[in-house]
Amino acid sequence: MYKILKNDGNMELVLVAGIDPNSEGLARAKDKGITTSHHGIDAILEDPDIKIVFDATSAKAHKLNAQALRKQGKLAVDMTPAAIGPFVVPTVNLHDHLEAMNVNLISCGGQATTPLVHAVSRVVPVHYAEVITTAASLSIGPGTRQNVDEFVRTTANAVQQIGGATMARAIPVFNPAEPPINMTNSIYAVIKEEFDEAAVIESVQSIAAEISSYIPGYHLKGTPFVDYRETPWGHLPTVVIMNEVVGAGDFFPAYAGNLDIMTASAYRVGDVYAAHFLGSKEVTR
Amino acid sequence: MKIPRLTDTTLRDGDHAVSHSYTPEQVRSIVKDLDEAGVPVIEVSHGSGLNGSTIQQGFSTHSEFDLIKAAVETAKQAKIASLFVPGIGTSEELREAAEIGISLIRIAVHCTEADVTEQYFRLAKELGLETVGFLMMSHTQPANVLAEQAKLMESYGADCVYVVDSAGALVPNGVRERVTALKSALSINVGFHAHNNLGLAIGNTITALEAGADQIDGTLRGLGAGAGNAPTEILVAVLNKMNIETGINLAILMDAAEEKVARLMQSPIVIDRDNLSSGYAGVYNSFLFHVRHAAEKFDVGVSEIMEELGKRHAVAGQEDWILDVAVELAQKKRLKV
Repeated sequence: MYKILKNDGNMELVLVAGIDPNSEGLARAKDKGITTSHHGIDAILEDPDIKIVFDATSAKAHKLNAQALRKQGKLAVDMTPAAIGPFVVPTVNLHDHLEAMNVNLISCGGQATTPLVHAVSRVVPVHYAEVITTAASLSIGPGTRQNVDEFVRTTANAVQQIGGATMARAIPVFNPAEPPINMTNSIYAVIKEEFDEAAVIESVQSIAAEISSYIPGYHLKGTPFVDYRETPWGHLPTVVIMNEVVGAGDFFPAYAGNLDIMTASAYRVGDVYAAHFLGSKEVTR
Repeated sequence: MKIPRLTDTTLRDGDHAVSHSYTPEQVRSIVKDLDEAGVPVIEVSHGSGLNGSTIQQGFSTHSEFDLIKAAVETAKQAKIASLFVPGIGTSEELREAAEIGISLIRIAVHCTEADVTEQYFRLAKELGLETVGFLMMSHTQPANVLAEQAKLMESYGADCVYVVDSAGALVPNGVRERVTALKSALSINVGFHAHNNLGLAIGNTITALEAGADQIDGTLRGLGAGAGNAPTEILVAVLNKMNIETGINLAILMDAAEEKVARLMQSPIVIDRDNLSSGYAGVYNSFLFHVRHAAEKFDVGVSEIMEELGKRHAVAGQEDWILDVAVELAQKKRLKV
């Protein structure tokens, strides 16, 4: 919400819907002069002018919402781990799915790490990638806490599909340090063949710069480097990439880069789709 | 004092000290001795828990499911346990270990994050497993916070909750406060897992028993992450001297420690500068080999890295921060010249 209001893009925010009339989110939207409803998805379905819907409910709820939205021809930007539609990551494959009616944003770790793995694999094949996402305990909600398996599975799948790694693992870590730590991500990419180190580093740095154009707090920590590790496939070069995501502080505190990267990616996806709709068919704004 | 239940974790915590290189033959041989000696619980898995074979934690040379199978097939009286860390392991590995025949799962999280264990305690109970909650890095939180976290685990279905001194940073009074708090808050068993960075593994374990702990951990010859654990054979010897009859055969344990486990050690486990600085800074013991690797690669001191990791409050599973710290320390050094 804050990102749509702050940016003069291709979207106009017309409705914020929830299910709890007393929720803080709805109160904040009302404060900003946005129409709100506590009738959930029904309120959205009643308005034929709404073309894009950001669904930040839960995987279970999204499965139901997805069907209803599809029937009405509304694009669903799925911020839950439901993964009904294709995974999208703005710097990697957004333009591959412009006709899709449902796209999934993977997870915070997925948005942060898959472009970096992709940056390596577009230069040299990645045999195995491992991504470690560390976030402040305070920024991890009950949904994630009750279903860590879902984060692990969805993120690892995306590291293969979007990142291009042949095999992948994803491991989340929650750190309760005070003051809260910024979100950090580490990527290990195991390479089986000779490769041009400088080209890989350059590729990673350029994609990081691209991401920081829509998530200003996204940056690499140091220069990616190669470390030789014992692996099940032999003593192999492993590209190590470290990244930090500082949130914009629009609504969530700055340390919660893991939450900001989801809303920033969602905004970017919505904006690109909106531009596409506006250019290709008539849409009431 | 009551008779404690002893869990030997040579084949789990000790896995760190042998760089995850256990073979099914070694597991059979060690389980046979522990089982014959009468040790009631034997833990077997990757040092970082089921599915821990990764770059971050270190790859295993053999499938841990083959190792668990070897243990299950060998043990006649002992229960076989595994460690499980949510996020490293998933439900899939928990189901597979249960299928192979473990009787007990120890579910470990950083000691403020108990609420991520709920789905796994419930699953473990569905699978018919005995369950233990493992509150790692217990030195970082006061007794009342640990007790609240332990109560959450009790509500999810834990049969016992351990105060785990992952960094070997607790002194006896800290152990007493924490175990006492858990004993008064819970109606289930309370356990204590020691590391020896400050030379207190045996002493702290005895303190835990004095404070009412029901379960304790040891490893043969102290084989474990970093400075190692309370040596199982020494624990049994001390308990014998205290007239606490565990029914465990000391002679068999002494022989196994000397003739089998000591020979597996890549170097003697002693409290050297690296291990003392780790315990003093309150750093997770499994980081040791990773810190040595990074110190060498970036030409910085092990103690310097340990100190900085302590300041940053790194938790279990954050081996990647070691590289980050080493890179930053190396950069600072360069700026000075």
